[in-house]
Amino acid sequence: MADIDLSSIGKTFAGTPALQDITTRFDDGAFIALLGPSGCGKTTLLRILAGFEEPTAGSLHIGNREMANAQTGANLPPEQRNIGFVFQSYALWPHMSVRRNVSYPLEIRGLSRAETRRNTDAALASTGLERYADRMPSDLSGGQRQRVALARCLVSDPCAVLLDEPLANLDVALRATMQGVFTDFHKRTGATMVYVTHDQAEAMAMADRIAVMDQGRIQQFDTPQNLYERPKNRFVAEFVGRGTVVPVQQFRTDGTAQQARILGTEVSVQSAQHAARVSHVCLRPENLTITETGHLRSKVARVTYMGGKYLLETVTDCGARLFAETRARFDVGAQLGLTITTPWAFSED
Amino acid sequence: MMSATKHQGGSRSEDRLLSAILVLAICLTLAPVLRLFVEGVTDQGSPSLGLMRDVLAQPSTLGALKHSLVTAGFGTLVSLVLGSAFAFLVALTDLRAKAALVFCLMIPMMIPPQITALSWTQIMGPSSVLLKTLGIAPPLGAKQPLYSPEGIIFLLGIQHMSIIFLTLRAGLRAIPQDVVEAARISGAKGLRTWWQVVMPLTLPSLAAGTAITFVTALGNFGIPAMLGIPAGYATLPTLVYQKLAGMGTTVLAEVSVLAMLIGAVAVAGILVQRLFQSRQKLHLVGSTSRPLALPLGAARLPVEICLWAVVFAILVLPMFGLLATSLVPAYGVSLRLDTVTLASWYEVLFRQPVTSRAFTNSFGLAAGASVALMVICLPLAWLMERRQTRLARLFDSLLDLPYALPGVVLSIAMILLLIKLPFTEATLYGTIWIIFLAYIARFFAVMFRPVQASLKQFDPAMDEAAQSVGASLYRRLRDVIFPLSAPAAAAGAILVFLTAFNELTVSALLWSSGTETLGVVIFNLDDSGETGMASALAMTIVLVVIVLMALIQLFSRRFPKGVVPWQT
Ligand SMILES: Nc1ncnc2c1ncn2[C@@H]1O[C@H](COP(=O)(O)OP(=O)(O)O)[C@@H](O)[C@H]1O
Ligand SMILES: [Mg+2]
Repeated sequence: MADIDLSSIGKTFAGTPALQDITTRFDDGAFIALLGPSGCGKTTLLRILAGFEEPTAGSLHIGNREMANAQTGANLPPEQRNIGFVFQSYALWPHMSVRRNVSYPLEIRGLSRAETRRNTDAALASTGLERYADRMPSDLSGGQRQRVALARCLVSDPCAVLLDEPLANLDVALRATMQGVFTDFHKRTGATMVYVTHDQAEAMAMADRIAVMDQGRIQQFDTPQNLYERPKNRFVAEFVGRGTVVPVQQFRTDGTAQQARILGTEVSVQSAQHAARVSHVCLRPENLTITETGHLRSKVARVTYMGGKYLLETVTDCGARLFAETRARFDVGAQLGLTITTPWAFSED
Repeated sequence: MMSATKHQGGSRSEDRLLSAILVLAICLTLAPVLRLFVEGVTDQGSPSLGLMRDVLAQPSTLGALKHSLVTAGFGTLVSLVLGSAFAFLVALTDLRAKAALVFCLMIPMMIPPQITALSWTQIMGPSSVLLKTLGIAPPLGAKQPLYSPEGIIFLLGIQHMSIIFLTLRAGLRAIPQDVVEAARISGAKGLRTWWQVVMPLTLPSLAAGTAITFVTALGNFGIPAMLGIPAGYATLPTLVYQKLAGMGTTVLAEVSVLAMLIGAVAVAGILVQRLFQSRQKLHLVGSTSRPLALPLGAARLPVEICLWAVVFAILVLPMFGLLATSLVPAYGVSLRLDTVTLASWYEVLFRQPVTSRAFTNSFGLAAGASVALMVICLPLAWLMERRQTRLARLFDSLLDLPYALPGVVLSIAMILLLIKLPFTEATLYGTIWIIFLAYIARFFAVMFRPVQASLKQFDPAMDEAAQSVGASLYRRLRDVIFPLSAPAAAAGAILVFLTAFNELTVSALLWSSGTETLGVVIFNLDDSGETGMASALAMTIVLVVIVLMALIQLFSRRFPKGVVPWQT
């Protein structure tokens, strides 16, 4: 078992906090994504997991081994952690051939020549690199380099693989292919993967669970579906998917039904079971239907063709900007009625 | 649970190794300078400024100080005019064959000053073989015009013009081209763009280059020694040399004060240089991808002819002088088909035991210093890049000192430090080891800076990737860092070898019978009137220099940016 356990991890750089009070657990074999805007501390967290940085507070365990503990100052150096790391810049060693790049971790471990060769061949084969084994990294394309980096990480059978925006340097088409490579890789090896990205589509497509981060904290750690449908706070609601957060003016709950007054109309809402009170709702396109008789009057401000459907950005009479989707075409300036159906409500202080 | 406390090896071992190498490097480079300072402000062990007052009051000191300032000051002016003219033309215009021009301009800097002086005296004065052969020699008894302050100034100017050229060209290259293009769009033409846009932007680098040229000229020993001593015109470095050569170590305390005096002036210059250097980086943003190439139009060919004529005059002509002198049987005979002989070459290269000894010494010292410095600098530069401790940063800002300070200062400091080893009666003074240690200190920066420049461009993820697959510090250094910085280290090693092989200033004060270096031998041969042999030896060394430089040039494309000094 190699669960990754973080308890109250914090990191400050010269007095400014980059991470604060991160307490969570990444299960063995899970595909975790760390998602958040640039500068929110994703890389820092990943580097603490790898051992390149020492936390300034809290402790980290992988399996039952203590990796780092700010209290005692203990920090297991990266070379003793058996963790794979895939860098955004690939970090292939330019003076070694593809084969040597991949076999180097085994060389370090002192495996026999035959065994090294067998394992290297297997790693090259599983990333589709057999034909390139004798090339130098400089003679490869971006996607091929990324595969080499992955093979290098795979060959030593690490207990977790950490990836820091591995697709950021690739073009859109290649990104889709490489996403497939990563998910296949995860299925086949069952390794725990922690994947850093600022692209939510990428995170949604691959991860079992996503930790949404902002300002050095994990805002919500949940499945992609829950993040979208049941955001915990305003940041997650606005960051994940297309959503508008509007305040709740009045809230009533009788038994299982919950009623709220939003933008002047009374609608039934959903919220987490324990929520005694809610303060905001998240309105996504799915929560809005366009009807002539809709009780929320609004005006179309912008129309974007999304392929097969249109995304309308509308402004209500009271000034809120809402997104709705339709198959029919509307012109800018057209008046619509909107009906709100069971949006997700949460409490925000 | 297993505890991590037992496994702190990784970063701790880096820390330990860094401290160890850092302490070694500080002992090698900064300890002598410190020791000299202590000597100047104490008298027989107790703090006193008495000696300093006495020495500074001597008329010979003041005279030498004045001569030093005059020759270095005007010499810098000559460098400034020549170097900046070349730099502006090469960096800004569409001249052809720039690479060849730059390479030729670098040769004067790499040729040792005593050879520069020797070669120029061979094309001037009444006994010049070249002038006699051409039948235009001044009458016998006429003075050698270079044995004068003006001669020293002129040659210092030529010797150091490459420094101005390099710093200014680097500064010009950092100017974003869109700045110049914006000026031209706004209607500014040719000279006006240059005067109102380019000039103000390059002033800091020009000022920094001027300051460091002044410091280098101030510390020059070869030129004032070869030209000034015959004319009875002493500068501070030659005064120190004459005192030490005449009276031995009894005057050590006195020359220490002189050395500190030169050192103080030099440090002032270095501070000025640093000030301007830090200014330079402030305001330049924008793309610098394409070098500027303002069209010279019809003026291009005349300008090119002019530049190459200057190169011919300062580079080729003196070499012809040397060659002519080395090919005649006796100094002053004119060179004709019936007088040409290789006797001097044969004598100096194969017969004289002192030359073969000097070859061995210089080769051993230069090669030894290159290897030793490579071994120290590679891991040190890497660790300093990775772990920026306060001590490491301090060392980084001071490590240029032994190279930037005049050689005389370092030599005196070395004598003071090593004349009596602590806790023993042993001395290194008079042995080859004192020269070796002085070379290590002096050329530390020559090795360290290129390696550092290459490691700065090195993606740290390269090392972290090796770390994450389990490679220990030793394995990472061996398998990743060393191979990747090897080209820079090789370039640094060749540069160290090149400079150490020709070195005169330090060894002139530290040699003794049996430990002569090539620089010392040329100096002594010329001093004792064996000009033919001195010329032959000098020619040999010039050839070695050019071959080594060409070697670096040949591989320059494989070196990272900033490694080859003339390819900024
Ligand atoms: N080595 C460092 N020194 C100082 N500040 C740092 C360092 N690394 C990261 N930071 C700061 O920590 C914050 C988080 O950075 P990072 O983890 O790289 O963000 P992300 O990867 O999410 O874009 C940023 O504000 C960044 O400036
Ligand atoms: Mg990042």
